[in-house]
Amino acid sequence: MSTSTDLTTADVCAAAIADAFKDDGEIFASPMGMLPMLGVRLAKLTSNPDLVISDGEALFLAGVPPLFAKADKVEGWIPFRRVFDVVAYGKRHVMMGATQIDRQGNQNISAIGDFAQPKRQLLGSRGAPGNTVNNRTSYWVPRHSPRVFVEAVDIVSGVGPSRAAAAGPAASRFNDIHRIVSNLGVLDVNGPERTLRLLSVHPGVTVDEVRAASGCEIHVDGADSDVPETRLPTTEEQLIIREVLDPKGLRFKEVPRPEAAT
Amino acid sequence: MKGPRDKRMSIDEVVDTLEDGMTIGIGGWGPRRKPMALVRAIYRSGLKDLTLVSWGGADVGLLTRAGKVRKLVYAFVSLDSVPLEPNFQKARQEGTVPEVVELDEGMFNTGLQAAAQRLPFLPMRAGLGSDVLVNNPWIKTVQSPYDEGFGHEELVAVPALRLDVALVHMNRADQHGNATYLGPDPYFDDLFCMAADRAYVSCEQVVDTAGLSHDTPVQRLLLNRMMVSGVVETPNGAHFTTCTPDYERDEKFQRAYAAAAGGSEEDWQAFHDRFLAGDEAAYQAAVTAFRNEQEQQA
Repeated sequence: MSTSTDLTTADVCAAAIADAFKDDGEIFASPMGMLPMLGVRLAKLTSNPDLVISDGEALFLAGVPPLFAKADKVEGWIPFRRVFDVVAYGKRHVMMGATQIDRQGNQNISAIGDFAQPKRQLLGSRGAPGNTVNNRTSYWVPRHSPRVFVEAVDIVSGVGPSRAAAAGPAASRFNDIHRIVSNLGVLDVNGPERTLRLLSVHPGVTVDEVRAASGCEIHVDGADSDVPETRLPTTEEQLIIREVLDPKGLRFKEVPRPEAAT
Repeated sequence: MKGPRDKRMSIDEVVDTLEDGMTIGIGGWGPRRKPMALVRAIYRSGLKDLTLVSWGGADVGLLTRAGKVRKLVYAFVSLDSVPLEPNFQKARQEGTVPEVVELDEGMFNTGLQAAAQRLPFLPMRAGLGSDVLVNNPWIKTVQSPYDEGFGHEELVAVPALRLDVALVHMNRADQHGNATYLGPDPYFDDLFCMAADRAYVSCEQVVDTAGLSHDTPVQRLLLNRMMVSGVVETPNGAHFTTCTPDYERDEKFQRAYAAAAGGSEEDWQAFHDRFLAGDEAAYQAAVTAFRNEQEQQA
């Protein structure tokens, strides 16, 4: 039987991601990346059975299969072009990656350096500009570091609340940056003037460690000691993660298991 | 009774209709159902100064590497299982594509829709507040004439992505240009065709018209012949991208491509010499040899 000593950071992250989707009701959860996919499926099996999930390609899934399993009961068709319809419709919560994220909650997946001739070309802005002005958007950062959390992103792909407000009501009406989950803690953008705020630190992580791993100021409500620990996955959640959704331990490719404690 | 005309062409005949400076849209999505046989033919052609409009994958990588692209319009370029496209990265980091238009994905879709509807633009929210509008200052906003309780909203006027030519790859087509996809996703291939003055469809197999809906629902008939100027039968023509259910992505080949593209000039030259220097038949023969080699090593 599993005990709390078996708990890994990856499991804590999965539960924190699931919590980001628990109050969404009947909307399309669009996870990008392994832990977001795990967290969304965990939410569907626990806190929010109404969530609509897909195979990441063209099908809405009626069941909740393990990560990357092929066969499952299908409940709908969501080819790439129809995703844009749902984005505009608004019944969607996407969790994206972020190569950079800044204090204002802006995100960059386009390029590092000057846009005209970047030091490092990344994917391109993909759907981030449209997601952030149309539907709820969260971010997943598997390696919290000062290179990811920066004072100002090089290129604004995803739009934070201040930029959205400055662009007018058409941009700000549906701008909803919900959660940023990293391997160290959980943040939102409800600090002073809609800046990054630390909501919780994962077990074994201190607020100072989060600060040291961030290249910009991270707001804390009250004293550092007031910042709670991210909740542990319940026994049921641990079982679902280990036995149902990710029996092969694929999650540890994104958030490595620590060296076994002695 | 006379029927509609026969539009079958060869790969070379399609490329012969293309001209320097043209705007070419390429269908599919990232590493999925790309008209790669046509892309390879452009790669080895003398064409130059092209404007490329694509949900980018190796099509963008190959054509930027070959110096064919003067202007690139994209929202992402990725090989998925290899997240970043090394030839595209190299082109961007070395600044070899003179003009770059990076859009939001939804804007890209909307731009194709505007072109397909012969509108100069369509309004949407995507882009507002982001650097897409900063890096493309020619993209304007438009004020809504209506107030729905939020003032006269200022929306992005997404410009039409008009194409001279669209190139797409389908599973089956008839000789007249009706065509069907058999995989799970149509991508945006019909929009590309309607956004273009001329569209060329390559396909795995040309069948007779009745055969198009013989064993598959009629809803899969994505293209009709009004949209299509030419049909090319080129089996395995989407390789090394997917053409579900005829074949999936050739991951081993894609890894070899990415390694060569991200390696030294010599690495790329060797890949070019082995796979890309000859015609499509030579490419397919080299791919078969590569596959046999991989199987022997396994």
